[in-house]
Amino acid sequence: MRKNECIAMLLAGGEGRRLGVLTKDLAKPAVPFGGKYRIIDFTLSNCVHSGIETVGVLTQYQPLVLTQHLGIGSPWGLDRREGGMHVLPPYVRQKGGTWYKGTANAIYQNLGFIESYDPEYVLIISGDHIYKMNYDLLLDAHKKNNADATIAVISVPWADASRFGILSVDEDGRVVEFAEKPKNPTSNLASMGVYMFTWSVLKEALIRDEADRQSSNDFGKDVIPTLLEDGARLFSYQFSDYWKDVGTIDSLWEANMDLLEERPSLQLNDRSWRIFTASPNQPAQYVAPTARVQGSLINEGCVVEGAVNRSVLFNGAQVGEGSLVEDSILMPGAVVGKNAKIIRAIVGEGAVVGDGCRVGSVDAAEIAVVGSGETIRLPEEQKEAEPV
Amino acid sequence: MKLPLTGVINLIHEADEMEALTANRCLATVPFGGRYRLIDFVLSSMVNSGIPKVAVFAHRKFRSLMDHLGSGANWDLHRKQSGLFVLPPSMEDQTDFGKGDLYHFYRHRDYFARSASDHVVIARSHMVCNVDFAKVLDQHRESGADITVVCKQTPEGTPGLARKARVDETGRIVEMQDHFGRLDSDIVSMEMYVLGKELLLDLVETSLAQGRDHFVRHSVLSRLNQLRVHAYMHEGVLGVVNNIAAYYRHSMELLQPEVWRELFFKPSAIYTKVKDEPPTHYRSGADVTHSLIANGCDIEGTVTGSILFRGVKVAKGAVVRNSIVMQNGVIGENGALDSCILDKDVEIRPQTQLRGSSEVPFIALKRKVI
Repeated sequence: MRKNECIAMLLAGGEGRRLGVLTKDLAKPAVPFGGKYRIIDFTLSNCVHSGIETVGVLTQYQPLVLTQHLGIGSPWGLDRREGGMHVLPPYVRQKGGTWYKGTANAIYQNLGFIESYDPEYVLIISGDHIYKMNYDLLLDAHKKNNADATIAVISVPWADASRFGILSVDEDGRVVEFAEKPKNPTSNLASMGVYMFTWSVLKEALIRDEADRQSSNDFGKDVIPTLLEDGARLFSYQFSDYWKDVGTIDSLWEANMDLLEERPSLQLNDRSWRIFTASPNQPAQYVAPTARVQGSLINEGCVVEGAVNRSVLFNGAQVGEGSLVEDSILMPGAVVGKNAKIIRAIVGEGAVVGDGCRVGSVDAAEIAVVGSGETIRLPEEQKEAEPV
Repeated sequence: MKLPLTGVINLIHEADEMEALTANRCLATVPFGGRYRLIDFVLSSMVNSGIPKVAVFAHRKFRSLMDHLGSGANWDLHRKQSGLFVLPPSMEDQTDFGKGDLYHFYRHRDYFARSASDHVVIARSHMVCNVDFAKVLDQHRESGADITVVCKQTPEGTPGLARKARVDETGRIVEMQDHFGRLDSDIVSMEMYVLGKELLLDLVETSLAQGRDHFVRHSVLSRLNQLRVHAYMHEGVLGVVNNIAAYYRHSMELLQPEVWRELFFKPSAIYTKVKDEPPTHYRSGADVTHSLIANGCDIEGTVTGSILFRGVKVAKGAVVRNSIVMQNGVIGENGALDSCILDKDVEIRPQTQLRGSSEVPFIALKRKVI
């Protein structure tokens, strides 16, 4: 891509309500993933590897952890003299200001930012998804079709189709129908929330959308359907690699477990497509003589003295002697004491599970969650009674 | 807070008996501890102490040094003012190379003249430690010493080459000898010298005028009677790493959790060049115990009593014991290592067995295929 031919706008204001205690103090894009990363690292790294060097990151909900993580974009090489990464929170104007009312409104409120780069194309992406994608190929397809907008799609199981924005396309890949979470889906092509727009078309659509009082100012609900009605050239772009929306505790847990397969469909150890992140700069992990580690991903700074089975340990996590961590995720700095059992669970950032405690179980229907910074301890008498 | 101390890491004629490990790099960039280079320890100590300006006086084989340090960003030393200065020898004359460090100090004297701090610390790169220089400077000022040398009491039989010192009850160094001296003392110099900037510049000029050009030997050791040279006793971990025995011994000491915690966290973190490796993948069948493992490794075999650097692959059936495998090493199926040091990018073919001993570890040169 030539300089500023295409810039990206990354929606990172998501609250991630369904992630419960894990998003109490941080936005969904800042949720830790994969033993080392935060969710937003995937889209930011995709941008860099695709040659997109100007990225506006739209923040809103609980921005502290997210903006600390982003900094000035240095971990992704996006601290540039020209372009680079810019954090764009909602702001106040002379006539007052408003929150971003919806995804389309967030972009509308930053028309000035986009105009200052005078791009031909604008890529709209969301910081909520885990995938590795070359947006340059998407842009190629967009140009080849002489499209107004190109929507990246992925085939989903028919049973899940009603949870997504579903597109029906003709044999050329042109979109003929778009339905947001349809009850009776007519296709299983789901929108990935990745849109390539010709800027002039998007700009006009956003201005019209803003003027429409009935609109909820959302890309999926408003902007795309309106463009389709007006006969704009909307095309689909089929993506067939790993893509996951980690919007719920279950899907976050599953996506982490996916990484533990012998040949994971999302390969993190890929020198040609590194996922960059802010480095916590911790020493190499220490695996003690009493440890046993199998089928797991473990990051720097960890101290493992117990057994770790099919689990993901983030930087600085600790597992004490005699403890078992199985089918679980320990977020950064989570500490598991001695003789504890963590099974099918997510232990949040900096949480402490005291000696002899049990979290989760093999047959529990739900993944157990210990919130960030929480401490779980046995009552003193129970501690003594427990055979350890 | 900024500490009114200017840092120098002096790589000129560093005592180096690292054999194959420094065949293509300087001592400062010998990989250590799974993800670091030797220079990271003193450099991080300086940064964590609040020293705003650090110069590295490079000398020989500094390609890997330039690559490692870059802009200094990883140590927070890419600054508008102060920050990191890598100063190669000025080389105005072919013979400059062999001259002592004082000669190069003289060539770099503008660096000292331009720093705002009135004190300087001159250090070496091969001391594996975590030092708070603010405390050293405090003691230096309180004691009224002309020069303060960071020292450490070491157990007998410590293998690294170090200068031994005898200290009197007031903390003054009354005797100090070069590396091969026979002085009977368990106190060694950590080769970190804190002194006033004016005194340093004066020592540089007067020593050179007398035809002498080694900083420690000619400006400090021969002036122990005229100058008040005091010892600052370092309490933390120390590894003097400048020969293979010391390299192996101090690497293996990191497998003691208390050493690991103290060296890497107290008083502050050690920084290094970030590599963006993913977390290490322990596959089912992996058997790892008593080891230090960096990120980006892929382990299917057995690893015990060992240190794996970033991106090492241990295939099924392979056994790595008491060994150090540097970056991107590959141990093929059913390969076996015992007491080996593999430099970067070494590949051990399937079924191959290599064995050294803790006294004389087997060393494989960078990029070897065995």
